[in-house]
Amino acid sequence: MTWTAVADVAAATCLVLGACLTLVAAIGILRFPDVLTRMHSATKPQVLGLLVVMLGLGLRLRDPGTIGLLLLVAFFQLVTSPIASHMVGRASFRAGQVDRDRLVVDELSEVLDDPPSSPFPHSPLQ
Amino acid sequence: MTIVLVACGALLGVAALLLVIRIALGPTMLDRMVALDVLVAVVICGLALDAAVHRHTTTLPVLVVLSLLGFIGSVSVARFTRGSDDIEAEAS
Repeated sequence: MTWTAVADVAAATCLVLGACLTLVAAIGILRFPDVLTRMHSATKPQVLGLLVVMLGLGLRLRDPGTIGLLLLVAFFQLVTSPIASHMVGRASFRAGQVDRDRLVVDELSEVLDDPPSSPFPHSPLQ
Repeated sequence: MTIVLVACGALLGVAALLLVIRIALGPTMLDRMVALDVLVAVVICGLALDAAVHRHTTTLPVLVVLSLLGFIGSVSVARFTRGSDDIEAEAS
């Protein structure tokens, strides 16, 4: 058994695992009750699934020139996914769509009730 | 590799179907945006699967563009929307 065959088997395993994780994320998004829990499912299993798929693609192509592009895709996912979730969660909270009875810790309400403590009182993101 | 293509294609197809159901149900615009973000990731996985099975590199730049597209979409909707397009969810 040559090392290329081993790499192909590893790549196939990675691809199937990544597809399974993406399916788990989709099931979570369909089944969970509100935006915050859906965001949990949309960020963690989905990003891990995409990283595993990129690993599988790199193992299958075995081309040094493409590894940079694959790393770029993985890097963009890791950087942008938390930012997008943060913005979506904040917008949802501000629009009053979060069921506050379900929250265990609610630190954002304390900050919102006390605006002078903010270092940037006129920031558009506040 | 054909078995991998069929198995992963089926898994990704079911995932995309569930996400489309969530986009249709809503109930708020942010729910739809989260589901759409994951749908873009499903498309990325599908393109990567095709590139891996057929061993070509032509779709790799598309992967890079798509990985930024979902982010820009959800950030702009979260930033510029007033929360919801659904009156029931707004009231509850």
